[in-house]
Amino acid sequence: MTTAPRAEQPGLYYPKLPATWWLRRPAYVRFMLRELSSVFIAIFLVVFLIQIYRLGQGPEAYAAFLGTLRSPGWIAFHVVALAFALYHSITWFNLTAVVQVVRFGERQVPPRLVAAANYVLWVVVSLAILLFVLRG
Amino acid sequence: MSEETITLEVTRYRPGQDREPRAQAFNVPFRKDWVVLDALNHIKDRMDGTLSYRWSCRMGVCGSCGMMVNGVPKLTCAAFLRDYHPGPIRVEPLANFPVVRDLVIAMDDFMEKLRRVKPWIIREREKPVAEGEYLQTPAQLDLYKQFSMCINCMLCYAACPVYGLDPVFIGPAAIALGYRYNLDSRDEGYRLRQPILTEAVGVWDCTFVGECSVVCPKGVDPAAAIQRTKVASAKEWFMSMLLPWGGKQ
Amino acid sequence: MSSRKTSEPFWWGLFSVGGVVAAFLVPVHLFLHALAAPLGWIPASPARMQALVGHPLVKVYLFVLIALPLYHWAHRFRFILEDVGLHALRTPIAVLCYGSAVVGTVLTLWVLLSI
Repeated sequence: MTTAPRAEQPGLYYPKLPATWWLRRPAYVRFMLRELSSVFIAIFLVVFLIQIYRLGQGPEAYAAFLGTLRSPGWIAFHVVALAFALYHSITWFNLTAVVQVVRFGERQVPPRLVAAANYVLWVVVSLAILLFVLRG
Repeated sequence: MSEETITLEVTRYRPGQDREPRAQAFNVPFRKDWVVLDALNHIKDRMDGTLSYRWSCRMGVCGSCGMMVNGVPKLTCAAFLRDYHPGPIRVEPLANFPVVRDLVIAMDDFMEKLRRVKPWIIREREKPVAEGEYLQTPAQLDLYKQFSMCINCMLCYAACPVYGLDPVFIGPAAIALGYRYNLDSRDEGYRLRQPILTEAVGVWDCTFVGECSVVCPKGVDPAAAIQRTKVASAKEWFMSMLLPWGGKQ
Repeated sequence: MSSRKTSEPFWWGLFSVGGVVAAFLVPVHLFLHALAAPLGWIPASPARMQALVGHPLVKVYLFVLIALPLYHWAHRFRFILEDVGLHALRTPIAVLCYGSAVVGTVLTLWVLLSI
């Protein structure tokens, strides 16, 4: 669906938002970074999928792949990606609390409590996964 | 004895004469209790009577005096000069709207969108006066009260980059008001209103930048209204797909 | 247009679920597999990893972990492109983004079933 061009009346001045609008205010920059976090997460997941694929191809293939991931470039990328992934998690939990209204009977659970519960769950789940992978 | 002054850089635009807006500087008295609106009134009364702008209640309830103050949408009756000292203070027309003259913008688009979401109680059958009032408990009022505080000042539209990029988006205030009526226990218009709110140019254009709620002078939180409408709509969509015989229309 | 009216909630729903999965699960897995394992901070012998991944429940888990956030990316990336001015190309952008996520889903399925 294409948007119909707006009928512009003569005499009025129509401001145009430039493509760099998001650089104008810190809040907009943070928004863009939050959205871009999805790109880093996606790239990591593709790398992870390839890692699993290499695992299926045998120990040498897997070890070679780990060697590639050990390169400074990939380590640097993944450190940045981890920062973005954490930024996604934090912004997500904070926003979910506002979006999903949780009711306790007639009263609304305060958003901060909902967010806190999410954070606690996140830590618990992460620890469980750590334990599983390390002890499995 | 000269009083301290502060400089306002005010947008001027004369339709039919100017190709684009330009800034004009005015030195106004710096008074600790003055707001930007007081400064504009001073300019118009004492310095340049041709300056055009909207204002009314000067106390933050009418929503008329919205403008950009140093690039941020604000009610000029609530923007104190002392918070911008030493200045200069840039005063521009509300962003993302066509400029009619100086600081006056054309709000036709917003008015059309407001009407579109049917922001009024819709009843299948109107209760005759003789049957008495519609009763509503405090708890029922609490559900929508926050979203009813909107004064239609359009600061949220000025803060919304989605609306700025393509004004086909219905926008924060209109959606928040539609949501307010959907939540009102006296209203029976959900089936009429929800399809309008959940059109492609309704809630789905929103990318949850969240600036609309940040600039709202009345704490309406339109961003929350929009996201909650998305959740409700997505739930209904999936239910109707999974249970075609029982899903709510 | 009716096709956009009916499909937006679907993609948003997937974006939402993908976002939840990414928020809870991605940081720890990123740390484990992309940093700790290559740098030798955790025992990551191929035999051990293979044993872990071989379990069908683990495969289901990995499918959820990898495939769903792809829809989260697709939705956000689509809007990033629209928000930087490519609004006029919204249909091809949507097709490309969601299409990539679908391709990614198929590839994930294929890899997990083949190892």
